[in-house]
Amino acid sequence: MEQKQRVEAKAPLTIQGLSAAYQKKPVLRNVSFSVQEGELVGVIGPNGAGKSTMMKAALGLIPRLSGEVLVYGKPYKQQRKLVGYVPQRESVDWDFPTNALDVVTMGRYGHLGWFGRPGAKERAIAMESLAKVGMADFATRQISQLSGGQQQRVFLARALAQDASLYFMDEPFAGVDAATEKAIITLLQELKRQGKTVIVVHHDLATVQEYFDSVLLLNVELQAYGPTDEVFTQELLQQTYGGRLAFLDRSRNHSDIFATKG
Amino acid sequence: MQSLWTLLNDPNMQWIFISCTLLGLSSGIIGCFSYLRKQSLMGDTLAHAALPGICIAFMLTGTKSLLIFLIGAAIAGVIATFGIGFVTRHSRIKHDAAMGIVLSGFFGLGIVLLTVIQHGSYGNQAGLDKFLFGQAAAMIGSDVLTMSIVSVLLIAVCFLLFKQFKLISFDPGFARGIGYPVAFLEQLLMLLMVVSVVVGIQAVGVVLVAALLITPAVSARYWTHRLGAMVILSGLFGAISGAAGTLISSTAANLPTGPLTVLAATALFFLSILFGPQKGLLAKQFIRLRVKRKLEQSQIRGNVKARVAAAETEKGAAL
Repeated sequence: MEQKQRVEAKAPLTIQGLSAAYQKKPVLRNVSFSVQEGELVGVIGPNGAGKSTMMKAALGLIPRLSGEVLVYGKPYKQQRKLVGYVPQRESVDWDFPTNALDVVTMGRYGHLGWFGRPGAKERAIAMESLAKVGMADFATRQISQLSGGQQQRVFLARALAQDASLYFMDEPFAGVDAATEKAIITLLQELKRQGKTVIVVHHDLATVQEYFDSVLLLNVELQAYGPTDEVFTQELLQQTYGGRLAFLDRSRNHSDIFATKG
Repeated sequence: MQSLWTLLNDPNMQWIFISCTLLGLSSGIIGCFSYLRKQSLMGDTLAHAALPGICIAFMLTGTKSLLIFLIGAAIAGVIATFGIGFVTRHSRIKHDAAMGIVLSGFFGLGIVLLTVIQHGSYGNQAGLDKFLFGQAAAMIGSDVLTMSIVSVLLIAVCFLLFKQFKLISFDPGFARGIGYPVAFLEQLLMLLMVVSVVVGIQAVGVVLVAALLITPAVSARYWTHRLGAMVILSGLFGAISGAAGTLISSTAANLPTGPLTVLAATALFFLSILFGPQKGLLAKQFIRLRVKRKLEQSQIRGNVKARVAAAETEKGAAL
């Protein structure tokens, strides 16, 4: 028992009984799980299942109704510097007057004091982070002049610059080009090699087995959580997605028929 | 030019000149953040909401002191912001419509109170109606001093908290994630807006003061892609507008300073939209022309190549 507790205390992320609501409608109910160090965890579920909400509630970006979030055994508020966050790309206005390097430098703001200003050291770290996502050549580019995938990579570089141990990424693969998808995967593997833990909200069921060590199936409530080959099964997916997954299969068959006719 | 020099030698003129310039400078700087946070019209709402606040402050105290007006306007501004928040949260009304309702409601109340004051038995109510369109020339020494101190304070806060204001303007979610007190910083920015609106009201008036927050910031955006440069430029445009407004109004007979300041800012805006190197209309045309020419040239080259190739195949066929 004692040993189990020690393991729990070391876990990069432990969430207990987390519930959250938008307006009055609860979108996340009583979710509990604990993540192992050095794992890539995919959070999977249908639209409106509360995947992003879970991340935002865990990070304190939206108020939670109940629940406790521990990062390496301590409340999240004391451990902010250990946590990096990559929000959805659409969450900001990319017409903001700034360049890619400057956005990445924002990742260092948490390490600067209240009145400290980013200097040569911060810019060097930011530049290094940009290089890791293959964006070094775009450092001085105004951010509105980057493609969607490049913008996503800038956000990833900013999270790298935070130099965290636990990362939350909200749909980093959504609407990106092949080059960016590859860059993100390389980056995830690199983070894993460094013993860092990454939790990723993911949409594309086809790539889940290839990308993630563990899978968390979510549909308002936690459906299943564990190693990918145990959890990513037809049965559990069916349970998580309800009838919708069946519809997906049928429509695919339907288009097959259409294709043969054509 | 000579007359301009003598005007600037007049100490009273100097004070007004300096305070209008400082006012333009600080409003331009604050305005950048509210513009980037898509709250440009918030300045207008706060300005209109300030009127009943000022009237009630005057009715309660019976004095015309800028500091008391500032407190009254700030309280009214806070109530107005909460009002907008309440309307958007508890109804299907969107933010812009909610601002419109609150703005006009407060302004209506302000005008009613202003009329009550003017027909009432307050001893020194004269000049309160000047708040509608402002009257820089009517400012007295202590007003000018307060305005100057407040402007310098506003600039200092923006300088010290530049990093924080930048982050909450670009990505408030990320700012919250790294532990910034985002709600506090947002309220602080709002407070700075209220303060700059209230100190501006006396010079520019309730109706026009929002222009000092919006126009220089929008103009500056046409010249640069960097926030630091944009903030400095916007402050500079505001300062130039304030200075130009004061100078023109003092040389030409009986023209009001406030509206002239706003017109100067608008003129700078037109210059920016035309000649700004980033997104300016001329710059856009220039880039389009250059791209077009490049395309045409490559097409010509392509045509030539095709023709040469065609000639060669013909030759081959003939052989």
